[in-house]
Amino acid sequence: MSPETTSRAFGLEEPAAPKRTRFEEFWRLFRRNRMALAGLVIFAFFFGSAVVGWVLTSGNRPLFDPALVRLQEKLRPPLATPQATSLKPEERPVGGRYLFGTDDLGRDVFARMLQGAWVSLTVGFVAVGISVAIGIFMGGLAGFYGDRRIRLEQLLVTAVLLAGASLLTAGWRASGAWMLVLGHAWLFWSISPWGIRCRKSLPAGLRFLRKNTLMVDTLIMRFVDIMLCFPSFFLILTVVALLPASIYNIMIVIGLTSWEGTARFVRAEFLSLREQDFVSAAKALGVGNLRVIFRHMVPNAIAPVLVSATLGVASAILTEAGLSFLGFGVPPPHATWGNILSDGKRFIFDAPWLTFIPGAAILIVVLSFNLFGEGLRDILNPRLRERQ
Amino acid sequence: MNVDAMNAPQEVVLSVEGLRVYFRNEEEVARAVDGVDFEVRRGETVCLVGESGCGKTVSALALLGLLPRPPGEIAGGRVRFCGDDLLDRDEEALQVVRGRRIGMVFQEPLTSLNPVFTIGEQIAEPLRVHLELPESQIRQRCLQLLHDVGIDSPEQRLAAYPHQLSGGQRQRAMIAMALACGPELIIADEPTTALDVTVQAQILSLMNRLQHAHDMSVLYITHDLGVVSQIADRVYVMYAGVIVETGAAQPVLRNPRHPYTRALLDSLPNRRKRGRRLYSIPGSVPHPAYKPAGCPFHPRCPRAIDACREHFPGMCVFDDGQVARCPVAAGRKLTDWCRS
Amino acid sequence: MLAFIGRSVIQKIVTLFFVSVVSFAIIHIAPGEPSQVDPLNPKFTPEMVERFRQAFHLDRPLYVQYAFFYRDLLTGNTVSWKDNQPVLHKIGERFFNSLPLFIVGTLITWTVSFPVGIRSAIFRGGAYDRSATLLSYVLISIPGFFFAYMLIIFVVGQFQVPVIGMQTFGMTDTPWFFRLNDRLWHMLLPSMLGATGGIAVLSRYVRSQMLEVENQDYVRTARAKGLPWEMVHYKHALRNALLPFVTMFGLILPGLIGGSVIIESIFSWPGLGRMAYEAILARDYPVILTINFIAAVLVLIGTFVSDILYVIVDPRIRL
Repeated sequence: MSPETTSRAFGLEEPAAPKRTRFEEFWRLFRRNRMALAGLVIFAFFFGSAVVGWVLTSGNRPLFDPALVRLQEKLRPPLATPQATSLKPEERPVGGRYLFGTDDLGRDVFARMLQGAWVSLTVGFVAVGISVAIGIFMGGLAGFYGDRRIRLEQLLVTAVLLAGASLLTAGWRASGAWMLVLGHAWLFWSISPWGIRCRKSLPAGLRFLRKNTLMVDTLIMRFVDIMLCFPSFFLILTVVALLPASIYNIMIVIGLTSWEGTARFVRAEFLSLREQDFVSAAKALGVGNLRVIFRHMVPNAIAPVLVSATLGVASAILTEAGLSFLGFGVPPPHATWGNILSDGKRFIFDAPWLTFIPGAAILIVVLSFNLFGEGLRDILNPRLRERQ
Repeated sequence: MNVDAMNAPQEVVLSVEGLRVYFRNEEEVARAVDGVDFEVRRGETVCLVGESGCGKTVSALALLGLLPRPPGEIAGGRVRFCGDDLLDRDEEALQVVRGRRIGMVFQEPLTSLNPVFTIGEQIAEPLRVHLELPESQIRQRCLQLLHDVGIDSPEQRLAAYPHQLSGGQRQRAMIAMALACGPELIIADEPTTALDVTVQAQILSLMNRLQHAHDMSVLYITHDLGVVSQIADRVYVMYAGVIVETGAAQPVLRNPRHPYTRALLDSLPNRRKRGRRLYSIPGSVPHPAYKPAGCPFHPRCPRAIDACREHFPGMCVFDDGQVARCPVAAGRKLTDWCRS
Repeated sequence: MLAFIGRSVIQKIVTLFFVSVVSFAIIHIAPGEPSQVDPLNPKFTPEMVERFRQAFHLDRPLYVQYAFFYRDLLTGNTVSWKDNQPVLHKIGERFFNSLPLFIVGTLITWTVSFPVGIRSAIFRGGAYDRSATLLSYVLISIPGFFFAYMLIIFVVGQFQVPVIGMQTFGMTDTPWFFRLNDRLWHMLLPSMLGATGGIAVLSRYVRSQMLEVENQDYVRTARAKGLPWEMVHYKHALRNALLPFVTMFGLILPGLIGGSVIIESIFSWPGLGRMAYEAILARDYPVILTINFIAAVLVLIGTFVSDILYVIVDPRIRL
């Protein structure tokens, strides 16, 4: 068997499985998952109406004015035509009907729902953006640099800086400022050439400062444990109640309190990826750490993060609605789905649409995110994929 | 090895005719097993050989109804075990055969044993279900079985969990489980692949001994031609879901007729080939959903002619009674190329 | 084993210490002070505020306040800023109001989720599985307060029974079985609502665990041994799928406080969640911190119990 004969034989056109790119493969599996597809369609619709709603309800003379009070037109059912003849032309609803009715102040519920859609969308995405960013950072640190040890001096500087910052915010201006200055001075000194030279000939009494203490991984994961000790809704409620009412505070607080899951995923994923051959190969080729992380590891770790982010948007929207319902968060004239429902609960038997329209809207949007996220999970999970 | 038993006509324990197993999804049909015939006679050891993915394990699972369905489906064929058809049976009727009359040994003993039950419990189960023995006898029988498969201090091993045993001991326990009810046939699916070579030899001789002691038939599935030469009476070589060659083990291994079997043997290292470059088969096994037309092996075959691309070759009987699916090797005319 | 227990107890205590520091810091560093809650209240004269600040050490540095607070908490002497009642006593009272809701809710959750999840997994892809899946997604996605109102409208409209509060006002003189019936009706909705989210999540989790296990080689071995269907699924598969749930027994403890804020305030149920909500509104820091501390202790005890249970059930883990 000479190479020629085999290669000629091999040259016969050979039918092979069709080659697909990763995205085509993904899309092929995704289309089959009807629930996930439905989730995506609803989400696209929700996204569109939130953006359109934002355009139509903002500005000086919006097409739909969510804050326009028409006291003579209160609690009109959905699809009602305006009755009062005293309405000024600019107070009449677009299309001559109240699509979703009006509330107890005669405000157009459709306009308020549009405004609320934008709130839900931004809260969901910004909060999850924050939590995913923190989660990837913390999880990545713990997973990649986890076995490094922290020196005592580093801990001390951090403690001094933190204490200074908290004293400053708590009102002890002078002592706080002093500690901050001290901490920064120490930092700059230690990275200055003079400091580095000094470090090698440290007097025996100060040598304990360079002692290794904790591992990075221990520090971060214990911190995660600490965060998990707080019941999350209770914690969010407490912090939101203490801070001045604003939608940005809600986003930040939800983001800051929900990153633990992502951090754990990313850490676990990084720990297993770090042992894989292609990472060792990249390192053996002299690829830098950052490039290894972002080029080789993050793309492989992204699947579970994507899934948990999608589900996270759903739960952030629910949390925001719950906060609005309890009367915290976005200040009153601004409409959110939660506070439309909360305002409407007093008229639950007289004007059920004030409860059902926002309730159903939240349900549908959250459902779409959950369906989409679970669909993603099924598709991205290689073990489930094999079974198909 | 039981070469002279070959000549005497024997009762056929298991016969498989035209078995087809397809895996279907919305877009493609993977024909994992595409018309397979083989038979196992009483007391003999039959080997089913082939590369991974050629459908040997799927055939074995299909005939006991153990395929995951969906996506797998049995698209045709007949499986006769001691005269009655197994494919006709529903799940409940199959349960009477499984474990009692056909025992099965799997490849990976660690994952094939349930981690949360003791070895004793797992061996006792088929005894309890099929033979309905009283508890006192079950314990005796379990000890006897463990002793038979060569596990020392069986008393303690009965109470051990799978993770507490070594790989070889686990596989012995699996074999004890398969033997528990005294089956007529044992199907062993690559039972030694996950084990060290020394342990592999022990397990092979153990199976050989047990087979003669209990007068069982063995269907042994493997990719390892070395194992085949040690234990097989007869051998079936599979490629891409079809049988390509069959015959008594020694003649097939000594003088393979099908180019695929020859290529497999050529790619084995041995003493005579020392110092020469080892042969490897060009190309790769076709995807079961996109098999080439004609002979499935033709894209990789050094002896392929134009006709191989168009016609699916039938089985050809060679002068010495060997059978291979290659009319080219048999020197047939194009007109004889119908399916057998 | 002893070393493991000792190590994890120490670890949990250290964690608890940091939790106490963090929660104290969050509360006290946030802008605003309890003494400023109600500036319009005529009783809050500057002298009153000053007295108040002194009585609760608010004029001392934070770390001193911290020490005072946790000394009081650990000796059981913390008092509420709102009404000067001992906090532990108040919490104890509310705790026993929340407990029945929690127990009934947990029982409903576990007794419904397991059969549903297991059945879904065994008949995966079938009509039952698909409808259970869709229903669980709906239950996860529905806002609790919206669902609560739907149920209230339904129950009040259909059965004409009062459901708000723990009992109907003025029922104290009636015979015990009327009172019991009344109590049960009042308990039904809140505990069901408490269970819905749990049912949805847990049944999905049971299903995925079960699916995972059903695909394992040892389940195939069990079938190859000719075991009957029930033994394959309910003995070999289920026993393995149950392992992770043992740990969840420990994790349900914290649910006692966390999940009930909204439901208890809708139903005016005088439980722990509602108390926490009221305390937040009134900036009653001792109550907030104490509830938080207890929640953290419950979480830590829960994880500890889970770890121990897991070691006991899984023969593969030996310490």
